[in-house]
Amino acid sequence: MTDTIRSHGAPARGPSAAAAVTTGSANALMRLTDPPMRAVQRLIGALRMPYVFLLPNLVFFGLFVFLPIGINIVFSVTGGTALFPSERPYVGAEHYARLLDCGSYLEAASCREDLFWRGVGNTLTFTVFQMVAMVLFSLVTALVLNRPIRGRGFFRAVYFFPVLLSPVVVALIWKWILQRDGLLNAVLTTAGGEKILFFVDPGWAMFWAVFVSVWAHMGFYTLILLAGLQAIPRDVYEAAEMDGTRPWRVFHRITLPLLWPNLLVVLVLVLIRSVQVFDEVFVLTGGGPGTATMMVVQYIYTTAFANQVQNFGLAGAASVLLGAVLFVLTLIQLFLTRRRAS
Amino acid sequence: MTGKLRTGKLSRLLLARRGGASWHWTDVASYAYLALGVLLMFGPVAWLALSSFKTPAALLEFPPSLLPMAQSEVSVQGYPQPLPLFRVTMEDGSVRELAQVRRVGIVAQMVDPKEPGQTIRVPADRRTPVRHMALAVENYTDPLTQFDFLRFLRNSLVVTVVATIITLVINSMAAYALSIYEFRGKSLAMLGVIGTLMIPITIILAPVYLVVTKLGFVDSLWAVILPGAATPTGVFLLRQYMLTIPRDLIEAARMDKASEWRIYARIVMPLSMPALAVLAIFSVMWRWNEFLWPLAVLTKTEVHTLPIALNAFQGELQTQWHYLLAMTVVTLLPVALVFAFLQRFITSGIANTGMK
Repeated sequence: MTDTIRSHGAPARGPSAAAAVTTGSANALMRLTDPPMRAVQRLIGALRMPYVFLLPNLVFFGLFVFLPIGINIVFSVTGGTALFPSERPYVGAEHYARLLDCGSYLEAASCREDLFWRGVGNTLTFTVFQMVAMVLFSLVTALVLNRPIRGRGFFRAVYFFPVLLSPVVVALIWKWILQRDGLLNAVLTTAGGEKILFFVDPGWAMFWAVFVSVWAHMGFYTLILLAGLQAIPRDVYEAAEMDGTRPWRVFHRITLPLLWPNLLVVLVLVLIRSVQVFDEVFVLTGGGPGTATMMVVQYIYTTAFANQVQNFGLAGAASVLLGAVLFVLTLIQLFLTRRRAS
Repeated sequence: MTGKLRTGKLSRLLLARRGGASWHWTDVASYAYLALGVLLMFGPVAWLALSSFKTPAALLEFPPSLLPMAQSEVSVQGYPQPLPLFRVTMEDGSVRELAQVRRVGIVAQMVDPKEPGQTIRVPADRRTPVRHMALAVENYTDPLTQFDFLRFLRNSLVVTVVATIITLVINSMAAYALSIYEFRGKSLAMLGVIGTLMIPITIILAPVYLVVTKLGFVDSLWAVILPGAATPTGVFLLRQYMLTIPRDLIEAARMDKASEWRIYARIVMPLSMPALAVLAIFSVMWRWNEFLWPLAVLTKTEVHTLPIALNAFQGELQTQWHYLLAMTVVTLLPVALVFAFLQRFITSGIANTGMK
């Protein structure tokens, strides 16, 4: 934690009404909770108290993460439309077979579950373009922000604030700009061009899906890269200065290699988030035109919740496959983060 | 700060080589890039805010005007409705402000507000509307009465506040156990926390729905509050911070016969305030903005949170953009305020943890 955080978190100096109320309610809360917890401690002994402290969090993890993983696997090997596993007949690997049944994996239309493969294909396209654009723009922005510019804090805030916006808000902002009679088409026609129906053309829809995601999230990665840039020791640059090294060479031989660990982490984080992309794209394009921007997560959501027949089995199988991909990616990320830390 | 000094020297070196010129092309390029960034990042939000004050008629204009404008109207004696005001170039070249009674084809029947008895016929292309800036505040006030907007707002507030409190309490308890004590199964518990880091709600939607149904929370706000309350991010963040608390303090409290709960609540919690504050901000952001899970689990309109309500609203056949834009601004506003006041706090929190 930095000093800024410390100073913000420091208790207010001097007596104030608000502080008195806070202290008062804290005292009341303490009087209320301490006797039972003291009794528990007497009962089980101080050495077992950590389990008591862990319990609530672990109950939540158990109920809403670990148990669901188990149920998901059960869902994926059972059929029918019932929600409760006991009412679902066992079907073995049928759902997996159905998902993976393809004439050719390069042609979604040849697959039995062609929507799933369209989702996979779209997610792959999205991921590739998003990774390139995101890394490029956040790196350039971090490099610019690391220069001796006036008002750096302001500019950093400008690039960062969309990170905090709700994906629905982000999507609606851009939908309003990109609609048929929107601002962008107004600019285009004033410049002598023609109106473009951005959400009717598959290529444009995908372009804007990537663009809007980069717009919304690049500030986050810029921050990580900026922190990395500022951690590069100054004397390395001073030595380069003495030798009269050219700026491009400084970037290529000093900045890039020293920033590489951060860059890798950013790369993997972008990858993990792109694979799960849903919110912004769903509100922006609804997966359309047709299925041109329908992602894997949207396929899972639609299969389980939005379709007339709720197919939890198929959605479960698709989730398990997506989960396996994410698991591998997260292992890579943890490995890289650990290496960066050491 | 080090970066500032370092590049400062580097650029001074470059500048010295270029005969003492104060602006190098890279400086110009940097500021140009940043200016473009301001336009691209702030522009869309500013456009949203400006548009949200336009009347439905003004929203249909193409090309759109920058500011919310409306046509001026005057009430003229002898006419029951207020009439739209136009600036008309007369045949003799003079310009008069006339009110329009009606328009027939290419001819408009106008009347001078000062001489209401006499109508004047002018070609329709000789007149331009007189406009003034008008804020359509009704875009903001109508949803309060016509839709359940206040209910959505209240739902979002309840979810955000309650979930954040639960998160702070249970995450700090777990972090306290994992940072202060040594006990059997500690590494297993740590592994469990790391494990949950890998399981986003995205891939367990249906089974969590089952659990929530079994618990009887379907279509109540608890269905949104509870599943995300225990966050691995929060446990990590708080644990890292609590590890830095001096053990002597805790030992001294034990000597004074303080219970373990009292040590947690009275010593460790107050000392962890900075980390708790960061987690609180994160949690507020997560909850206020959460979309996919509420979308899946909240099917009844009464329990919709703001993002879900906005999405449902924009999906309707005849999107009422004037209301939608205003509600989007209201959804955005709390986040903008939090950011305006806690910007440094949030960015340094993220830079330190690498999480959001």
